[in-house]
Amino acid sequence: MNGAGPRVEGLAVEGLTVAFDGVRVLDGVDLSVAPGEVLVLLGPSGCGKSTLLRTVAGLERPTAGRVRWGDEDLTEVPTHLRQVGLVFQDHALFGHRDVAGNVGFALRVAGAEADVVAHRVARTLGLVGLAGFEGRRVDTLSGGEAQRVALARSLAAAPRVLLLDEPLGSLDRALRERLTDDLGVLLRRLGLAAIHVTHDHDEAFALADRIAVLGGGRIDRIGTPEEVWADPGTVHAARCLGHDNLVALDADGCCALGRLGDGPGTVLLRSDRLVLAGSGQGMAATVGAVARRAGRPVVGLLVGDLSVRVPVADGAPVPRSGDGVGLVVPAGAVVSLSG
Amino acid sequence: MRRAGRRAAAVAVWALPAAFLAVFFLYPVGTILFEGLDGRGLDRLVELGGRASFRSVAWFTLWQAVASTVLTVLVALPGAHLLARRRFRGKALLRAVTTVPFVLPTVVVGGAFLAVFERLGLDDGPLRLTRTAGAILVAHVFFNVAVVLRTVGTFWEGLDPRADEQARVLGATPWQAFRWVTWPALRPAVAAAASIVFLFCFTSFGVVLVLGGPARATLETEVWRHAVSRGDLASATAVALVQLAAVVAAVVASNHLQRRRAVVQRPVRRVPLPRAGRGLLAGNLSLLAAVLGLPVVVLVERSLRQLGGGSGGGWSGGWTLGHYAALADRVNLLPVSALEALGNSLLFAVVAGGVATVVGGLAAVVVVHGRRAVARAFDLGMMLPLGVSAVTLGFGMLLALDEPPLDLRSSRWLVPVAHSLVGVPFVMRTVVPTLRSVDQRLREAASTLGASPARVRREVDCPLALRALAVGAAFSVAVSLGEFGATSFLPRHPDRLTAPLALFRLLGVPGGALRGQAMALAVVLMVLTAAAVLVIEGGRRGSVRGDW
Amino acid sequence: MRAPPAAPVLLLGLLLLAGVACGGDAVSTSVPLSAGGAATTPERAAPAPPAGSVTLISHDSFWVSEGTLAAFTEATGIEVVHQTAGDTGQMVASAILTVGDPLGDVMFGVDNTFLQRALDADLFEAYESPALAGVHPELVLDPGHRVTPVDFGDVCANYWIDHFNADLPVPTTLDDLADPAYAGMLVVQNPETSSPGLAFLLATIAEYGDGWEDYWAALRDNDVVVTAGWEDAYYGEFVSGGGERPIVISYASSPPVEFIYADPPVDKPPTGVITESCFRQVEFAGILAGTEKRDAAEQLVDFLLSETFQEDIPLNMFVFPALASADLPQTFVDFVELADDPYVLDPADIEANRNAWTERWTEVVLR
Repeated sequence: MNGAGPRVEGLAVEGLTVAFDGVRVLDGVDLSVAPGEVLVLLGPSGCGKSTLLRTVAGLERPTAGRVRWGDEDLTEVPTHLRQVGLVFQDHALFGHRDVAGNVGFALRVAGAEADVVAHRVARTLGLVGLAGFEGRRVDTLSGGEAQRVALARSLAAAPRVLLLDEPLGSLDRALRERLTDDLGVLLRRLGLAAIHVTHDHDEAFALADRIAVLGGGRIDRIGTPEEVWADPGTVHAARCLGHDNLVALDADGCCALGRLGDGPGTVLLRSDRLVLAGSGQGMAATVGAVARRAGRPVVGLLVGDLSVRVPVADGAPVPRSGDGVGLVVPAGAVVSLSG
Repeated sequence: MRRAGRRAAAVAVWALPAAFLAVFFLYPVGTILFEGLDGRGLDRLVELGGRASFRSVAWFTLWQAVASTVLTVLVALPGAHLLARRRFRGKALLRAVTTVPFVLPTVVVGGAFLAVFERLGLDDGPLRLTRTAGAILVAHVFFNVAVVLRTVGTFWEGLDPRADEQARVLGATPWQAFRWVTWPALRPAVAAAASIVFLFCFTSFGVVLVLGGPARATLETEVWRHAVSRGDLASATAVALVQLAAVVAAVVASNHLQRRRAVVQRPVRRVPLPRAGRGLLAGNLSLLAAVLGLPVVVLVERSLRQLGGGSGGGWSGGWTLGHYAALADRVNLLPVSALEALGNSLLFAVVAGGVATVVGGLAAVVVVHGRRAVARAFDLGMMLPLGVSAVTLGFGMLLALDEPPLDLRSSRWLVPVAHSLVGVPFVMRTVVPTLRSVDQRLREAASTLGASPARVRREVDCPLALRALAVGAAFSVAVSLGEFGATSFLPRHPDRLTAPLALFRLLGVPGGALRGQAMALAVVLMVLTAAAVLVIEGGRRGSVRGDW
Repeated sequence: MRAPPAAPVLLLGLLLLAGVACGGDAVSTSVPLSAGGAATTPERAAPAPPAGSVTLISHDSFWVSEGTLAAFTEATGIEVVHQTAGDTGQMVASAILTVGDPLGDVMFGVDNTFLQRALDADLFEAYESPALAGVHPELVLDPGHRVTPVDFGDVCANYWIDHFNADLPVPTTLDDLADPAYAGMLVVQNPETSSPGLAFLLATIAEYGDGWEDYWAALRDNDVVVTAGWEDAYYGEFVSGGGERPIVISYASSPPVEFIYADPPVDKPPTGVITESCFRQVEFAGILAGTEKRDAAEQLVDFLLSETFQEDIPLNMFVFPALASADLPQTFVDFVELADDPYVLDPADIEANRNAWTERWTEVVLR
């Protein structure tokens, strides 16, 4: 999937299957992450993302499959010897220790001298922008600070792989976006192999070198953000990636927009390729709702029984609800999906 | 009107347990101490303190209680982990079964232990346990392991396993993760359980006499010896005072440990155990199984054997179910059949368990939410009945509760009330750590949704504490089913014979059939206890789904 | 809240008792309670149980056949409310605590080892029952009739018959028990915690006088085992219960009980009694001072000496009726060997010395 030949470095997951009480939560998952690469696992709640991370960390035992680092088989290696870092959504800070106690935990466990610990703690806290927070009690931290402490705690252990389980999920949007950027910069600077789990496609696109969409315990689609955006492959993946315009086709491959396929199924209309034109051009459409996304106007067009969302091009006039307009669907805008 | 009602309810929360403790404990014990001390008692105290034999008794009492407590905690923790963190079939049953030692009379258990020691070759030689302090420790572990197992297990279940996982991910071995992350969080619950175990061992009576050999004495046996055997109430009171002082000191110390910052609990899914820990765990669990299981196996075996009369003697006879069949019959020696005695026991246990649950539950609320000084007083006061000698309490009740409106000393309900005095600390100590660890945000969330403080307690605290309450109630019932300490001093109606007393009656005269019946009754009592605990705790196990 | 006059009386009694208890070296400190003590005892008692009833307080080992007490009610119209109050020691101690404000009207079960303590505390009101005429006269230990003998029994060394044979004959005397030929065979109870244990110690004191300590030193050298109570001795150490020792301190009536409750049934008891080792225990009933039902209490004491009650005693409490004319059940006739000349000690001697004796015993045997 990702180039031929044995990899010397990097995390590889092969045929990973995990079942709880006979229910398969993961079902033959393959993926790999190179050092310095950020792989974002995207999927809705309950799709097995957390279980995948926990299995990589050694907190769940796979029913089948293997976890490797380069040529080293980690499948049977106990958690504490795997050199992975795991950041939980609710940070799971040790409530009975202060910030320094949390961040320096791994070092002390490894038997480091007190002054080495203190030095590394200070440096790592600086890295996440919390210099001087050593003595703070963890229950006095704000949500963003707590998350940074959790991150620093994992980083201080100098892991080979960093596993981030929706680390920003509990934060408000503005903070989340800022931290996402910080995190992206940090991860690239550190050159770690990282797996970042989220259900937020914006966060995924902001962070990912590659995105893997998980559905029903399997990987639906994996590739660079551009690749998966352009061709999600499955309906599920397209939804996870934030595509709006999924159109069901009838037996003849037709819908209100005409014949878009060869038979029944679902196609994706890439909103970035659709063109909003004046009345008389393309298909006749009526403007429904007008919304803004990240400041850009997006209109919902009604074509027959179909509703299609189309961004308004820069500088173009924004139509009003009820206006008659035209919708042009270029050939490249239609992507067929399976499932 | 409604406001007045609410005020009354708020007052009742502390007034009811306070009144209960005052009437049934402080007043009787205060009366007997006052009577006993007046005049000669203080002199006797000074005189006792100067005696080397008394100091050695006090020292032995202390060290055996500390050692028993430490051992009990060590043996129980792996089991608590199992109950808290792993899902398996028969868990509820296992939980219930661990409670049965509580109801077994010391004499019966003592005999079973002697047999076990003999079969394991521990009755002689360098590893001799028979009639040593070691036997006392082993028996104390047997009787008390459930306290730690259940109290700590319930609390542990509510701890977020992710803290432990995080530590493991950060490179901590399972042991390091336990030592540095889980243990600090568990400590309040362990302190709560250990304090109960300590008090039980500190005031141990039958175990010391039967298993420790005739030369061993504890403060508790000394109180009994002075008061009952020698009729010397002044000395008995002096010893009881020393005992009480030690108990107060121990409770204060344990309360201090418990009050260290509690850990926020949220219900979480149990995770499968990493393989690395399994060997060690299995080892510890088999130790637990041996301590708990072997004596019970001996009892069951004995209940199924004919006691060889004629030539052989001993337990070599053939197998029989006759002892069980005989339980339904009216033995000449008992005023009621053994089964009726079981019914009496059950009735008393239900009353005692109910009283203990209400009083202990309210006391726990006061300890957690009440004003500091009041909370501390409750925390200490409710524990004291565990640490006061049965003689002191029993005599105190006879002396104090003799006039209207408290003319209760001949009331049949005084027995379950005395039982519930011992049950209250269990309920309180199980519920308090859980209440302390209720996420404050949940309470705040409920408040913002318009719930009054009382309502918050009902909607947030109660459901979370219910589980701990059920564990405490189960303990109270078990304690009542097996108790015959303090209450043996209270006048009783013989047709209200309880199962443990029937058992003693059967054991009190020679004859293989009676001995077999006694064993069968012990086994039935165990089964009944396990069943009662199952019923009390059943349905309290709302499974919590985690997010995958 | 106790009545003011009662407190000083009680205290005085307790203090005097304490004085006795701690007068370790005193041989015979008889302690008469001041006459005023009884006089100031208030007339009040606990609130009355239902009219036409009388409350009988006993130790836990009081058992009668169903219907026996009903016979009393039938004859007199008085209902018996029976309450138990622990073992004999607990019962006496409770009664001393509540003297003058008694838990009941009649107490059954004080034996000769506790008798003097109860008498010293003025537990009982004197009553000379007409039925005393039929009682074995040697059982009447209190000439003032504050207590009435109801039953008696012997505490003796019991042995497992099959353990002995021509080569190893059954020991017959106390001396034999200290004989090295019987080393490691005897199990006794601690006299501080066990009533038969105390009885056996008293038997040795009655036999050897001041030499009892030497005798016990010899027993100790002969590897005697000491248990806390009768149950752990009989069922823990004695052969009958699975132990290894063939001689145990128990009751003269133990063999018939072994026979009656054998499982499977046997032709004759597997155990026997060494009649030269027996100490006689007598159990008494008394009317508790302060009772409001003196008349009913008297009737109940009379009933305890009636043939109905007396003949019911053997198979329930496994002791002998005090009434000479009472018929014995056949198993008792067949299998009980009652000592012709059991050891006895004056209750006053016992009370005066028991603490010193048990203390010395502890030092000689256990230390």
